[in-house]
Amino acid sequence: MFKKFSASGDISGQTPVKSSVQRSIRTSLLSQWAVDIDTLESFWPKKESITHVKCRDHIAIYTLQGEPLFFQHFDGPFYPTLKLLHKYPFLLPRVGIDRGAIRFLLAGAHMMCPGLTSKGGYLPSADAAIPEGAPVAIFAEGKEHACGIGITKMDTEQIKKINKDIGVESVTYLGDDLWAIQKL
Amino acid sequence: MADPQGQAQEKQVILPLQVLYCGVCSLPVEYCEFGPRFTKCKEWLEKNHPDLYPKYYSEEALQAKLGTLSLEAQSKLEKESAKKEAKADAKADAAQKKKLVLQVTIKRIERNKRKFVTSIHGLEVFDVDLKKAAKLFAQRFATGASVTKNAAGIDEIVVQGDVSQEVFDMIAEANESGGEGGGKGKKGLDVLRGVVVDNIELVEEKKKKG
Repeated sequence: MFKKFSASGDISGQTPVKSSVQRSIRTSLLSQWAVDIDTLESFWPKKESITHVKCRDHIAIYTLQGEPLFFQHFDGPFYPTLKLLHKYPFLLPRVGIDRGAIRFLLAGAHMMCPGLTSKGGYLPSADAAIPEGAPVAIFAEGKEHACGIGITKMDTEQIKKINKDIGVESVTYLGDDLWAIQKL
Repeated sequence: MADPQGQAQEKQVILPLQVLYCGVCSLPVEYCEFGPRFTKCKEWLEKNHPDLYPKYYSEEALQAKLGTLSLEAQSKLEKESAKKEAKADAKADAAQKKKLVLQVTIKRIERNKRKFVTSIHGLEVFDVDLKKAAKLFAQRFATGASVTKNAAGIDEIVVQGDVSQEVFDMIAEANESGGEGGGKGKKGLDVLRGVVVDNIELVEEKKKKG
């Protein structure tokens, strides 16, 4: 999503967010991510209000004092920025890719099933299966921190069974244009 | 009230995780090998965080990193990353050369019979923050100044009035040899620093906005 994104060219406007909308965003974050109120409080204090930055292709980035926190496409699920995910790695469920796939992810490619089901990859077991269309944190074999955030194109059980085509679509990755933006 | 508060304290102590980001490529240190300037990243890490260096680059760490990749795949990876690094270096060199060649053009454009606007373009190459520079000009000359994108998509600063000579002097002052020009009580001039004075060109244009 952020393969080609420049702060000067692709942002159409910044607006403060109404507090009623902020409250609804807070509750959606609480339900969508594995986060509780205290953790939410630590990166988004109750008193502070976020700014809504409108970008092309109906992408909305929400920033707090200039620093992007999370974003959404249309009215879809909220994705935390990678920087935020690094600070709180438990926000999203994990999937892992093997070492050979890392450089493709870091170039913006989507993750194919074999990269997730191979020896170096990681998919959660059946009792913690991730449904289709869920945001996930993509970790790399042998690395401590997430290297990208994606959205599942198939259930994890289906990924294991079918093992073909795109398993996780990459939304943002380390070193993409969103990562480069420190301040909006 | 005491118990939930105690719990909250406990949670907050654990998080957030502090991540060390490489000073060269801005990625977490373990991903430097996928960046375009791996050797520089290694040097940076060794210089700034010598305690962490062995964690990532010691013999066992490198062995463990090989992980599930076969030997040939690994050597292929290394060759490709070396190629990428060479390309990135070449790009950096080309950018440096461009800086030397590129000119800053100060244009004086006629707006009405006796009204002019001054347009300054080319400052971007010298890493000048255009917005701050525009504000500086506006303050100095007590007129309006703005940053606009002209045809060709290059940002330029447009200042109302005929201030071309003054702008030239300001840039010259900010870049006085010895670097003293910025600090002598004229604050804010260091925004304009870095521009090589010989590259500035003053042009007059009779653009009529039909």
